Amino acid sequence: MLLLVGIALAFYWVPMAPLEGFRQRIFYIHVPVALTAYACFGWGAWKGLRLLSTREMRYDLESYTAVHIGTIFGILTLVTGSIWARTSWGVWWSWGERQLVLFLVLFLFYSAYFMLRYSVDPGPRRANMSAVYALFGVVLIPISFLAIRLAEDLIHPVVFDRNVGTNLAGSQLVTFVVCLAGMLVLAAALYLNELTGKRVDARLRELKESLA
Amino acid sequence: MTYLGDVAALARTSLLLELRSRDTVPALLLFVVSALVVFRFALPADASDLAAIGLLWIAVVFTAILALTRAFVAEREGRVLDGLVLTPCDRSAIWLGKALGVLAFLLVAEAIALPAFGLFFAPVDGATVAAFLLADLGIAAVGTLLAAIAAVSRARELLLPLLFLPLVIPVVVGGVGASVEPDPGRYLAFLGLYDGIFAILAWATFEYVVTE
Amino acid sequence: MIRARGLERRFGETRALAGLDLDVPRGGFLSVAGPNGSGKSTLLALLAGLLAPTRGSLEVDADRAEIGYLAHEGLVYRELTAFENLELYGRLYRVPERRERIGMLLERHGLWDVRHRRVSAFSRGMAQRLALCRTLLHDPRLLLLDEPYSALDDAGARLLDAHLAELAGERTLVVATHDPARLRPLASAELVLA
Repeated sequence: MLLLVGIALAFYWVPMAPLEGFRQRIFYIHVPVALTAYACFGWGAWKGLRLLSTREMRYDLESYTAVHIGTIFGILTLVTGSIWARTSWGVWWSWGERQLVLFLVLFLFYSAYFMLRYSVDPGPRRANMSAVYALFGVVLIPISFLAIRLAEDLIHPVVFDRNVGTNLAGSQLVTFVVCLAGMLVLAAALYLNELTGKRVDARLRELKESLA
Repeated sequence: MTYLGDVAALARTSLLLELRSRDTVPALLLFVVSALVVFRFALPADASDLAAIGLLWIAVVFTAILALTRAFVAEREGRVLDGLVLTPCDRSAIWLGKALGVLAFLLVAEAIALPAFGLFFAPVDGATVAAFLLADLGIAAVGTLLAAIAAVSRARELLLPLLFLPLVIPVVVGGVGASVEPDPGRYLAFLGLYDGIFAILAWATFEYVVTE
Repeated sequence: MIRARGLERRFGETRALAGLDLDVPRGGFLSVAGPNGSGKSTLLALLAGLLAPTRGSLEVDADRAEIGYLAHEGLVYRELTAFENLELYGRLYRVPERRERIGMLLERHGLWDVRHRRVSAFSRGMAQRLALCRTLLHDPRLLLLDEPYSALDDAGARLLDAHLAELAGERTLVVATHDPARLRPLASAELVLA
């Protein structure tokens, strides 16, 4: 597991060298982190769906872990995004920056997910509710994005130019893809790590009980 | 169709319960007007009417939250929800019946709030009314499901707003947009989209929230 | 009718039921006794389908329309009248000739005169009798009664004895009780939970 994490780190640190300024470098972390967060939330929702259709409790753990990792990456997105905003425009926060606002909304949503898990006793009920909420979350992502796009006209009459467009030059594209892949691998490693850890805990508890 | 008959019976029950709670409904209606008055004083003297519209939306959303917190109170005492869940009726009918009750309440609240707003600030136009109608559908749909989730939890009064607010952000965006923008079409369409998607999601997943 | 093997249910860390094996044949009458907290209510909720087992298997050969469940809490709306409550449940349970059946049950349990009174105005005993009406409304094949005698006075208890005597043999019953002696003449089997 640690090996995977190591490889992932190596992957995205290597391309750092030939890049222009700190400003641009953050972009290569910020966007992959964001995309990885989306992937984690999507994975969590998928596992939630599996739970609802099969009623097998193991999916609850998998869904929860995915959402947990996703939230961590979400927080990282907000942090790196804030740093990016600072280096690009000199402010720590910008309502015109769509990704940032979207992640703020998602952060609120998934924080509520954890509040939900803490307020309900463990069991099939909590698992079902978490799964349903995770599904709502994943549907909220595109809807929020649309809403924020609409809101820009309301809050900011001046539309912020996305100075990092989709047309990346060749080498930049490669770097980006590598960073993205590295980030996803990192997320997967963390996910599997946490999942295994929790499963071992559960198994340990079971064994303790059968001995008692 | 028995399904619609079930929904009708449950909606009727929901309305009856609301009418009979002699303290709750008038209190909530009073709340929405009080909130508007407070907002009047909270705004600087030269504030635009547009800013005031935003506060109207906030007043309605928060009144809705208070109403939703109480949505399943009657079912909690006496474990009636379990009783309903055990009947052969489709569990989504329970959601639909209750959501219709919530919708009715929201319509009454707005029938009071909008004229009050017109009195305190400026009259509202057709687009605003349409926006509120559409928003009500989304709020009732999502809110009812979340209220059922919160009803089972320990910190229910706190949990419902936490779960609900991130999901209602798109509604506020769409609603305020439709109320202030000269071209409300996009925002109304967006509200319709929100309603459609989340209503279907809530309808499909309610079953899992109330069973194991 | 009911078959359980290694049935277990936990709530968080606590285990309410552990490794229970159960067989109730069609037409059987199982009385379930045990001190408070021994898992009687949990068992009935599992049989009704309200709870899912944490471990083990449970087969109940009856669907929702055929199960009648009586819980300690009554399962009726307090701010609706007795009649309105039974109307709603009658509709949801698709009871044929609903009005007649409601009338018959209310009368039999001495609630006809108060049928338009809200449950919040009922005494504990009356509420319990209404809960019983609700349970029997759709003439279920499988009856799961959680301490049905609680809050009943002598008259109410004797009425319930008569009911149970009628139903025993015709229907399948699982009754949790503090007083298994009362059910002994009717019960075909007894289960004591620790």
